[in-house]
Amino acid sequence: MFDNKNFKLNYVFLSTKFYPLNIMKILVCISHVPDTTSKINFIENDSKFDEKGVQFVINPNDEFGLTRAMWFKEKQGASVDVINVGLADTEPTLRKALAIGADKAIRINSDPKNGLNVAKQIAHIVSSESYDLVIGGRESIDYNGGMVPGMIAGLINYNFVDKCISLEINNDSIIAAREIEGGKEIIESKLPLVVAGQKGLVKESDLRIPNMRGIMMARRKELQVVNAIDEDNSTCTVSFEKPKPKEEITLVSSDNVGELINLLHNEAKAI
Amino acid sequence: MAILIYAESENGKYKKDSFEIASYARVAADKLNTSVTAISINADDPNELGNYGVDKVLHISNDSLKNFNAVIYADIIKQAFESERSNLAILSSSSNAKYLGSLLSVKINAGYITNVIEIPKEFDPLTVKRNSFTNKAFEYAKINSKNRQLAISKNSHGVIENKTSIQIETFEVTLASSEINVKSTEKASNKVTIADAEIVVSGGRGLKGPENWGMIEELADVLGAATACSKPVSDLGWRPHSEHVGQTGKLVSSNLYIAIGISGAIQHLAGINSSKVKVVINNDPDAPFFKAADYGIVGDAFEVVPKLIEGLKTFKSQNT
Repeated sequence: MFDNKNFKLNYVFLSTKFYPLNIMKILVCISHVPDTTSKINFIENDSKFDEKGVQFVINPNDEFGLTRAMWFKEKQGASVDVINVGLADTEPTLRKALAIGADKAIRINSDPKNGLNVAKQIAHIVSSESYDLVIGGRESIDYNGGMVPGMIAGLINYNFVDKCISLEINNDSIIAAREIEGGKEIIESKLPLVVAGQKGLVKESDLRIPNMRGIMMARRKELQVVNAIDEDNSTCTVSFEKPKPKEEITLVSSDNVGELINLLHNEAKAI
Repeated sequence: MAILIYAESENGKYKKDSFEIASYARVAADKLNTSVTAISINADDPNELGNYGVDKVLHISNDSLKNFNAVIYADIIKQAFESERSNLAILSSSSNAKYLGSLLSVKINAGYITNVIEIPKEFDPLTVKRNSFTNKAFEYAKINSKNRQLAISKNSHGVIENKTSIQIETFEVTLASSEINVKSTEKASNKVTIADAEIVVSGGRGLKGPENWGMIEELADVLGAATACSKPVSDLGWRPHSEHVGQTGKLVSSNLYIAIGISGAIQHLAGINSSKVKVVINNDPDAPFFKAADYGIVGDAFEVVPKLIEGLKTFKSQNT
């Protein structure tokens, strides 16, 4: 495989030597997902998600990453491109990312199919365009695979921080926090790096709603469509199933909490 | 062609997740007529895995592996996978297992399925049920590649005792290099974590302010539970973000989830859907949570919760 680390070093060396604008190149992976309030239904014999009436948004975990990337661009100087693996229907979501402030969007024209396919397509672009930092989301809120950022890092030998809840960069050194059970871990590493971001990378209140100027500018920004490279088929969906309707709730009077304890112990066997 | 599991340990002790995936792998191995091998790093007593159906442990004891490192650990699991000529690797869904899982799948060229909640329906090709759409749906997913890797959802299979005559082998490994260095770990040592808790007690905006969390913590103490909260509560800064449960926060798959003063927005319900038993206490009988819970009390949390604490204290003193 293409040896990206060495290439990277050369690139940095050359760029510091000959280019006055040695700015960090950031790529943010954008998943196009149903809004969190969507009702989930399936069609074609339960083999496909029913998109009718569903509003699509930037995957929330990716949006935290995009917002952090914008911070690097504004405070430290960086270029921010966004990328999605999908068909033409995902373009409005990429335009939204441009309206938030990304410089350029790339859509790899491929049915996302599975996590590895998405990772392979993105990894190819990351190494050919030598991005320094790739930010994805911890997981997409639709398929919840939670594997794409790690696979990108694994494929091209970039450093990787999962469940990233803070990220600072100084030249090519990074300090990141990773969420673990009951706490966090402080990690030191180096660019090039892939992180899987989530809430914490920035605060909820830092998220940006595109303004009119941003939306107008986004229309003129480049949205590059790239053909897919050899598509992966190592896993696939057979069918979907909706959870069975819930049984009626058992209500207990507020004067009789003893009955609740009794039910939890004897019926539910939960205490 | 053994099934390989990664038996994770912390400070020398196996995590409960490790026993759960051992139990899972045992059932799968019996269907496939094969054996279960565990790769185990710095655990005090590898024999313990023999209580849950593991046939063989590749045991590593190495001080330079004291701290978890996803790249180095994934490379060790790869070495074990190859030495066992395995074609099926099984991981848990702990933070560390998921961290190394995506790196491992690329290293061993395995089709990888996460959030698995059942034993595979078929093995050739492997077809298995998983959680999808943040617990709002299930998916049957199929692996087409020769090598396969699964991550099992916490609490979906359970820990099943199954004594085997276990064989322990010292496993020699070469360590990969990594530019990831853990500088420090911040962890509340005396608290049950949401991920590991059997019971989670969660509070919402109905509690009116952070000063009222004393009773939530007391209830959690009595039950040996972890505390959690709804999204608005963490957004308002009443509780830390690490307690936020829901679609964009933590997912809970505990045995018992008690929601107090939480109305039950669809995003919150998605995050707790895979908990086994759900209890709601809310003064609004129309709160959507009443449609999602198994047991409920319509009433004022400030009256009900103290009574519940007293009742549980009595119950605990009689049942222990």
